[in-house]
Parts: sequence; C-alpha cells; structure tokens
Amino acid sequence: MVTGVLPLALEDATKTIQAFLLTGKEYVCLMALHGDVEEKKVREVLDEFVGDILQRPPVRAAVRRDVRKRRIYYIRDVEIDAREVLFRVGCQAGTYIRKLVYDVGEVLGVGAHMRELRRTRAGSFTEEGSLTLYDLMQLSEAGSDQKEAIARRMVKPMEAAFEYVPRIYIRDSAVSSICHGAELAVPGVVRFSEGIVPKMSIALFTLKDELVALSKALMSSEQMLKEDHGIAAKTVRVIMPVETYPRLWKTKTVTVPAQS
Amino acid sequence: MSQRAPWEEQRKLLVKLEEETDPALGCPPTKRPQHLRFGLINVDKPSGPSSHEVVAWVKRMLRLKHAGHGGTLETFTRSEQSDGHGRASSSP
Repeated sequence: MVTGVLPLALEDATKTIQAFLLTGKEYVCLMALHGDVEEKKVREVLDEFVGDILQRPPVRAAVRRDVRKRRIYYIRDVEIDAREVLFRVGCQAGTYIRKLVYDVGEVLGVGAHMRELRRTRAGSFTEEGSLTLYDLMQLSEAGSDQKEAIARRMVKPMEAAFEYVPRIYIRDSAVSSICHGAELAVPGVVRFSEGIVPKMSIALFTLKDELVALSKALMSSEQMLKEDHGIAAKTVRVIMPVETYPRLWKTKTVTVPAQS
Repeated sequence: MSQRAPWEEQRKLLVKLEEETDPALGCPPTKRPQHLRFGLINVDKPSGPSSHEVVAWVKRMLRLKHAGHGGTLETFTRSEQSDGHGRASSSP
C-alpha cells in the first residue's frame, strides 16, 4: 500500500498548492521480480534508469496518457533479497514509480511489479517532520487553552513549502502593487536566487520572508542584476491579502472639465 | 534543470540592492497570528484512505473551510489489492 509524506495546505494556503505539486519527490519502493536475476544485473539496470527517462502514464492515471520525459535524480540504498528489491528513488514530480518498476522488469526480461511504496519526501517536507492522523486528533481534541500551543507546533507557515523554489525578494513599496496583480518591475527587486531563467516558476517574498505571490520569471538572474528597468516577473497567483502592506503608488487624478 | 535533486542543490542569493524593511508592516511567517489560515501540515498518510479522504478528515477535525493536498498518493485499486492473485486481473 502507498503511505508517507502528504503535505496539506490549509485555508488561504490552499492557493499555494500548484507550487508544491511541482516539487520533487523521494520514495522507498519494494519491487517484486517475477523471475530470478543476478544481483549485479539488477543494480546495473536500476542505474540505467537514473537521468532522463521517457514514461507513459499507467492506464489508471489522473493525467493524459502521452509519453513524457521525467528525471530520476538518484536510485540508492538498493537491497536485494532473492526476487525482492528495495530501493530509494528521488524523482521529478509526476513520475509514476509503479510504471518505473514495470519498465525495470521489462528491461530485466523477467517482469516486475511494485509491492509497496512509501513517500519519504515531497519538496522540503520529509518523513521526520510528519504527523500521523492520531497526532492531529490530539490537536482537535485539545482544550482551547492548549490548542494554540499545539497548533503552533504542528502547523508550519506556508513559506516552509518554498525552501527549494527559486525566489525574488522585493521592496516593501512593491508589495501592494503585486498584491493587486501587477507585474514586478526591476526597481522593486532586492535579492534573488541564482539560476533563474525566463518562464521559470518562482515565488516573490517580502524582506520579512513572507510569501507574496507565485510568479513567472520574465528575466534571467543575470539580466535582473544588469538591468535598471523592465519587467522582471509576471504575477500568476497572489497569496498575500491586499491590505497587508500599504498602497504607495499615486493614481492619476482625472479632472473632468465642467460642462457649459 | 540540473541533474541533482532540488534538495541536494545549493542555490545562492544574488543581491541587487541593500534595502531595509519597515518593522511596522507585515509580520514574519513564524510570528503570524493567523497560523492556520496560512498554514501547512505534513501528514504521514496511512495505507487505506485515499489522499482525498485524508484531506476531508483533517478538514473536519480542524474545522477548516478549505484544505488541499500536494500530490496524490494513490491507493491500490481493487484488482491490485490482493497481492499475488491480483496481478492476473490488473492491467500492466
């Protein structure tokens, strides 16, 4: 059965979900081979699957069944006991491990299926920090005096999900206009991750580390460093409530000529 | 995109300008008064319920209006459930 790390977003943080659907995942997988294969051969074939692979989603899938490219970052901690193979795999979002196992079985020539799977990481969320449903029951049953303290310990700020998402820190004076849906212009940029390229999904943060919005980069990190003006990123999803930072830009006052 | 997993990569920050933030505005995430409203929970999903069912339970337990999960962890479909016998009836 499939168990493990499942990050949940609450209330207004639900808007950030599209960002952490895209983060990489790590699983521990138990593969059952359908025939006897030399240990060395199994390890070799698993190694071949590291890097870019082509994968067609399984028949029962939530997405269109077109062949797509997915990256396997690593396969490690391989343990083999006769026809049972246990391994840890780090992969890009949207990789089907059940399919990976099936394909490994095909290459080995004996066939294989996935017996058990456990997700050990989703982006910055790992097994170590995860809570069972019993832990959460404790929270829901706590008296109002302790509830706050327990909730503080169990609930992480939504920013925690963005540890590995490329980002731009913006000036206080730019926050309100972003919250109103404006694009981010270069003068509002303070610091940013290296390696940003146009079209990349990024996140905008205040200098207090508050998440403002999810954006799409229009400039590379190098361009942002060099340019004095222009649009650095396009706002895709505003997360911060509009009233959090004051509105500092001026509006043009239109004077309507008096009718005679 | 690089060959390495995002969590095994160091991304440096480049500085465009030195700028201070006004402490009177906003609030650092860890001090935020509405921690549920902008919060996340890292749940260890048990085998059995689907990811969606887990969301529904947590929503009810914490009396939330909205909640969502990041990435479905599939539950086995019926034909795959009985390990060993199931293979004959399940699709590849």
